[in-house]
Amino acid sequence: MSKTPEKKDEVETTGHIWDGIEEYNNPLPRWWLWTFYATCIWGLLYTIAYPAWPLISQATPGLLGFSTRALVAEDIEEVNQANAALTERLATVELASISDDPELMNYAVNGGAAIFRANCSQCHGSGAAGVQASGYPNLLDDDWIWGGQIEDIAWTVAHGIRNEQSPDAHWSEMPAFGEILEEGEIASVVNYVLQLSGQEHDAAAATAGAKIYLDQCSACHGEQGMGDVGVGAPNLSDAIWLYGGDVETLTETITYSRFGVMPAWSEEYRPGQGLTDAEINAVATYVHQLGGGE
Amino acid sequence: MSSSEEPSLYAAREPVFPRRVSGKFRNLKWWIMAITLGIYYLTPWIRWDRGPELPDQAVLVDMAGRRFFFFWIEIWPHEFYFVAGLLIMAGLGLFLFTSALGRVWCGYTCPQTVWTDLFVLVERWLEGDRNARVRLWNAKWDARKVRLRITKWTIWLLISIATGGAWVFYFTDAPTLLVDLLTFSAHPIAYTTIAVLTATTFVFGGFAREQICIYACPWPRIQAAMMDEDTITVAYREWRGEPRGKHRKTEGAEALGDCIDCNACVNVCPMGIDIRDGQQLACITCALCIDACDDVMAKIGKPRGLVDYIALTDELAEREGKKPRQIWKHILRPRTILYTALWSLVGIGLVIALFVRHEIDVTVAPIRNPTYVTLSDGSIRNSYDVRLLNKHGETRTFRVSLTGDPSLRIQLEGTPYETVDVPANEQKLQRVYVVAPRGSDPALSERSEFRFWVEDLSNGERVHKDTVFNGVAQ
Repeated sequence: MSKTPEKKDEVETTGHIWDGIEEYNNPLPRWWLWTFYATCIWGLLYTIAYPAWPLISQATPGLLGFSTRALVAEDIEEVNQANAALTERLATVELASISDDPELMNYAVNGGAAIFRANCSQCHGSGAAGVQASGYPNLLDDDWIWGGQIEDIAWTVAHGIRNEQSPDAHWSEMPAFGEILEEGEIASVVNYVLQLSGQEHDAAAATAGAKIYLDQCSACHGEQGMGDVGVGAPNLSDAIWLYGGDVETLTETITYSRFGVMPAWSEEYRPGQGLTDAEINAVATYVHQLGGGE
Repeated sequence: MSSSEEPSLYAAREPVFPRRVSGKFRNLKWWIMAITLGIYYLTPWIRWDRGPELPDQAVLVDMAGRRFFFFWIEIWPHEFYFVAGLLIMAGLGLFLFTSALGRVWCGYTCPQTVWTDLFVLVERWLEGDRNARVRLWNAKWDARKVRLRITKWTIWLLISIATGGAWVFYFTDAPTLLVDLLTFSAHPIAYTTIAVLTATTFVFGGFAREQICIYACPWPRIQAAMMDEDTITVAYREWRGEPRGKHRKTEGAEALGDCIDCNACVNVCPMGIDIRDGQQLACITCALCIDACDDVMAKIGKPRGLVDYIALTDELAEREGKKPRQIWKHILRPRTILYTALWSLVGIGLVIALFVRHEIDVTVAPIRNPTYVTLSDGSIRNSYDVRLLNKHGETRTFRVSLTGDPSLRIQLEGTPYETVDVPANEQKLQRVYVVAPRGSDPALSERSEFRFWVEDLSNGERVHKDTVFNGVAQ
């Protein structure tokens, strides 16, 4: 800064003039220079202490051995330890009464949501609405082929459906009626199923189909088409269809049958990458409270 | 470039030894220092009863709980616009004061100025006034100098620790934290924050001082753009003072101006500048040179105000022998009136917002993945995430209901009832289902508007949120 008029005359200008405004060529403060050097040294030391310089396959690791991945792993380990008691309770809880324990319920629902996103959303969708065209069931509605109690859901998650992994997997197999019935007979049965579910249908064909249905289908789906959770036979009288309830889809289903598979998720059947009991209970709790649980 | 030699690129700091001064502006600065420091150090210790489940600290920034408490006002994160509004008011206020009175913020209330003033006070108390301090500066490092320096630095350090320490008390319960700090059981972040702020206070107030204002602070540059020829600022009446010179009883003395070149104004300046050079970037308009010069003028029997708060237009008018304009005419001009109007507008807006905000705070987020679910009886269900905020110090019960198409039914996840208990001072997320029976209008139409109602059962207050029901598009 200028100190006195005498001094001011000594200060050179840079020679730049903008609209008549000149710029002094005042010296920078010495401490500024030292600060600049200090930041340079700091920067250099920093690149030695921390991962910094890019090499061909990876960067220099740094003398402190710092790694954000290790930090995350440490954080996760810390959180797991902090939650150890809750996890233990969750693994052994009586699922039907989990909602009586708000702390555990909250832990299960939030943990279950994360597990669902990582493992289940690929087929059932991130919103759990399923994909009808592929026969991935909607988990939000109140229709459950293998049972919608929270324990039923946990069992289904652990053992899966029609897989080779778990001996306890749900299993049922509808015959392909294309090999058993004539095309006309199948068309009649389709019309009867339309009638059962309250949709538009050909009354004469339905009457003919009723007899075939009674012979061929009612053993599993029931005389009124109410289905049977015990053998995983879907309810044919309600508004929900796993693959679709129109003439074309029903004809296809009856002619060729369906064979939807769900893997067993218990770590018992997929060592190293399956879900623990606590995780299965968490995801079952999450699915149960999505709106459709029984 | 200089013809004789290249100018040096770097220059060492020239130490400044402000002399003691007394006068009305110095007194005003003492008062402002006492009040601002008092507010800063004592505010965290003021208690304010909010009920058993809320903190009793009057001013508290609760980061973990994401809440800001200010006496009877409680600001939630979604009400952050209050903070934004206050910042806008602070900005406009600074524009107003700068265009009217120049850099009064810098000269009187800026923390850098206040703490430097405090540090200089300590320095003067221990080492004596300007001349003694200059002598001590130049003296060899003997036992006395070492003793004085160590004493001074220790006191500065204590002030710095208190300053850094006071800051953290704003963020958690002060008495608890003080005990934790003293028993070394406080969080490391508390100690780190105190250490950093202690270091900055110690270095900025003790050693960097005017260098911060000149080189580090952006305000001197910005404020220069807000001042104009009507701005009242500290200036030297050059027409009256020049030519300056020592008054002696010799011929030619009558031709001299009022300035006796005693350097009193320079010696008291905490920035180490000469106000007689005119308005300059380094001047923080602390007005101590006015006090110093008035003192000298009184001694030599001249009128006060050779250095004074004046506007640039006044200096020019007086030079031509005209009377200066009255101060209020300088201050009241379209620019300052506009700033005042804007400032008041924002202020009034904030006060209104503060008084009309609902006791109940509800947000409704329709779940659109999927848009609707078909149930086995053919009815159509939509889901909504309803967030209920209980701002009170005790648990409250809210009833959720809806008005709209009469066929719509409401159902709450996890409970057969239509009421939700929300714990004190918490936000609760409740999923709400709305069901339209098979074949009903809302089930068949793409969009049906309806209204959620939330009622606080303890006092009957109700708020509503409008949203949409998605049916099967026909």
